[in-house]
Amino acid sequence: MKAFGELIRILDATNKTNEKVKALATYFKEAPAPDKLWTIALLSHRRPKRPVTTTLLREWASEAAHIPLWLFEESYHIVGDLAETIALVIPEESVTHDKSLADFATDLLALYNKDEQQKKEYLLTTWQQLDYYERFAFNKIITGGFRIGISQKLMTRALAKATEIDEDILAYKLMGDWTPQTTTFNKLILEENEEDYLSKPYPFYLAYALDQEPAELGDVSEWSFEHKWDGIRAQLIVRNKELFVWSRGEELVTDKYPEFEVFTEHFPDGTVIDGELLPYPNNSIGTFNDLQTRIGRKNITKKLLEKTPVIIKAYDVLEWKGEDVREQPFKTRRGYLNQLIQLCKDKNLPLYISEVMHFNTWEAAAKERERSRDVKSEGLMLKRNDSPYLIGRKKGDWWKWKVDPLTIDAVLTYAMRGHGRRTNLFTDYTFALWDNNELVTFAKAYSGLTDAEFRQVDNFVKRNTTDKFGPVRQVTPELVFEIAFEGIAPSKRHKSGVAVRFPRILRWRQDKKIEEANSLDDLKALIIE
Amino acid sequence: MKTPLLQFTEKGIYCQQANVYLDPWKKVDNALITHGHADHSRWGHKKYITQHDNVPIIKHRLGAIEATGVNYNEKIIINNVTFSFHPAGHIPGSSQIRVAHKGDVWVFTGDYKLHPDGLSVPYEPVKCNSFITECTFGLPAFKWRPQQEVFNDINEWWKTNKAEGKTSVLFGYSLGKAQRLIKNLDTSIGTIYTHAAVENLNEVIRPHFSLPDTVRITADTDKKAIAGNIIIAPPSAHGTPWLRRFAPFVTATASGWMAFRGARRRRAVDRGFVLSDHCDWNELLTAIKETGCEKVITTHGYTDVFSKYLQTLGYDARTEQTQYEGENAETNEENEVTS
Ligand SMILES: [Zn+2]
Ligand SMILES: [Zn+2]
Repeated sequence: MKAFGELIRILDATNKTNEKVKALATYFKEAPAPDKLWTIALLSHRRPKRPVTTTLLREWASEAAHIPLWLFEESYHIVGDLAETIALVIPEESVTHDKSLADFATDLLALYNKDEQQKKEYLLTTWQQLDYYERFAFNKIITGGFRIGISQKLMTRALAKATEIDEDILAYKLMGDWTPQTTTFNKLILEENEEDYLSKPYPFYLAYALDQEPAELGDVSEWSFEHKWDGIRAQLIVRNKELFVWSRGEELVTDKYPEFEVFTEHFPDGTVIDGELLPYPNNSIGTFNDLQTRIGRKNITKKLLEKTPVIIKAYDVLEWKGEDVREQPFKTRRGYLNQLIQLCKDKNLPLYISEVMHFNTWEAAAKERERSRDVKSEGLMLKRNDSPYLIGRKKGDWWKWKVDPLTIDAVLTYAMRGHGRRTNLFTDYTFALWDNNELVTFAKAYSGLTDAEFRQVDNFVKRNTTDKFGPVRQVTPELVFEIAFEGIAPSKRHKSGVAVRFPRILRWRQDKKIEEANSLDDLKALIIE
Repeated sequence: MKTPLLQFTEKGIYCQQANVYLDPWKKVDNALITHGHADHSRWGHKKYITQHDNVPIIKHRLGAIEATGVNYNEKIIINNVTFSFHPAGHIPGSSQIRVAHKGDVWVFTGDYKLHPDGLSVPYEPVKCNSFITECTFGLPAFKWRPQQEVFNDINEWWKTNKAEGKTSVLFGYSLGKAQRLIKNLDTSIGTIYTHAAVENLNEVIRPHFSLPDTVRITADTDKKAIAGNIIIAPPSAHGTPWLRRFAPFVTATASGWMAFRGARRRRAVDRGFVLSDHCDWNELLTAIKETGCEKVITTHGYTDVFSKYLQTLGYDARTEQTQYEGENAETNEENEVTS
């Protein structure tokens, strides 16, 4: 556990991706095999089932720290992370241990079936034996959510560095529902497997946001236009009658979307398409909220498949009949895509094409962009007719031309202290809109102001508190802010009846009085039926 | 009910009997000043009384003011009230102020820390009945590691950067934190370069406190000579063209707030070192116990939480609103100094 605690310390101390990968690679070279396997499992969200509730964790931690529970709760609120709070409040002791990460993980698995008294004894003893970073890591094994800037992708890269096995092949090896109890490091990672190579994706080609007037791109006839769909960018591979689905983060997500399995029967062998994975409830494109219900889910139930099916809206073909066609012009590749769509016609597959449009003038293109929200897209994609499929984010041949965010003027009604550096400032705000003569909460936002503005608003909150609810302060409605957001959908879970996506503060409308803020009806008018 | 010896008024902490204020935030005639940070020593009072070492510091910050210096433990009697300054260990020239009248003894801490930092005169507990204490870090989640361990990390960080051909840039408030960093760096690794705001204060402090040699960065400073060495600069220098010309470099901040992972991540610096000039949780509790006081008044920081906890320990504890701002004020001050 010492080495793992030290690894977490190093990962935590730097914000440089390269250094994180380097530290992790070194760990993967030096740690004993069972610890490596557990590290991979933990960083790919395969932690042991939580043996105790967070309520008990809090109670026992406050006891171990010799502080009242309410004081622990206050500290937790300000620190913002349970595992970290526990690690911070427990006093350092001189006792120690010589157990490995795998030992502790095994302990936690066994703990699951013990009674409460045994669990408590185990945790209190263990907390005392661990140093700060070990204790933090240990708590994270219990609570989950390491958030140390190591995605599965980066972990795979580090593992590739340490083992000299190709990164994409490792990504394939790591997929599926293995656990450290059902396999070994040797079996999972080191053993050669012919199949590994079949899954290999191509790097995605990503576009920059358009940073100039579109007319400056030259002759409009040289460009193809498509709507920019708001789902998950994905690559679908069919080779040897097997399907592999990769997401933009280059994570293998085949298991999560069983409805695509059917493509293996219809796609020619050696087909790779690039497209947008979209929710498709009731035979039309759903909201990102719908897709969320699929993304997080490990267990894909029949009910969920019926309620929120997904489709792929295809943009491009990267491999056609086993041949890498990325160097061929976009137009040619779209020809292959049309052939594929023809092959699959009338088979009722979850495969749709992202239609290509051509315009005679840039003004006509701009008009189509205005229509984006109506067709549930985020704007337009501009692709040069003769562009090859490049690697990574590149300027020149492809551009995204997004619509401007939606905005609304709302009133600040509640404030909460921020976390971390901002713990002594009120920086987490709740905003409301008018509903007749009442202000109704519609969104929370905590970014978009400068430090100086946050300090000013903080001052306002401290001087204009009308009520306190735990950490939340109700303030005199007086300040108006322009709130921007990307999407909007009806919602039963929200008091306002509306859910907005990515709300953030655009600017402080010091020029506006609260009477001039928008109403809930103004907001609802932005929903596209 | 008789008027308490010290009252919280809209101008500051006031002793009516002697007609003086302690660290007032509005203009008054007579101000007793604990230390030189902007939220404790403000401009515009008629007369300032403070510990000797703090006189040049507040004169540097506030310009032509009428300031009188006194020694630690020296008694000043005004209309039968006895005032004295005692080391607070916060920054060079920082004091607690003891106020006594007919057996009623109050102590106002200003800002303070218990563990010696190798530079400022270490904190000394002062017995009292009523203790007015800051509690900037008054939560059990704040526990400082021994200073030597932190400096081992800082020096190790500097060494690594140097080996990679990079300059180290360490941010700390130009009054107090900067000098503490300078004092404790391992100068066998390289040369310490300073931002003008820091060096100006070094010059003010050097006659009374021994500091290692530092080199002021000017327009003529040779960029190449700095490579691999360390620059001490105020946080406000972060992201400025002034700093950019020293690339390639690695940045770090030293502050108590760095105790939280979220804070470390949100700061756009490469590294956060947990180093504070304020008391941590245990220091606060120790300090209160050592004064033998019955009454505690908490000022800046997590005041409500902290005084509520003190009540559970049996103290007569309450919170008073002040305009002291803890480590934030010190950051604001940097903005003033450099802009
Ligand atoms: Zn201070
Ligand atoms: Zn202060």
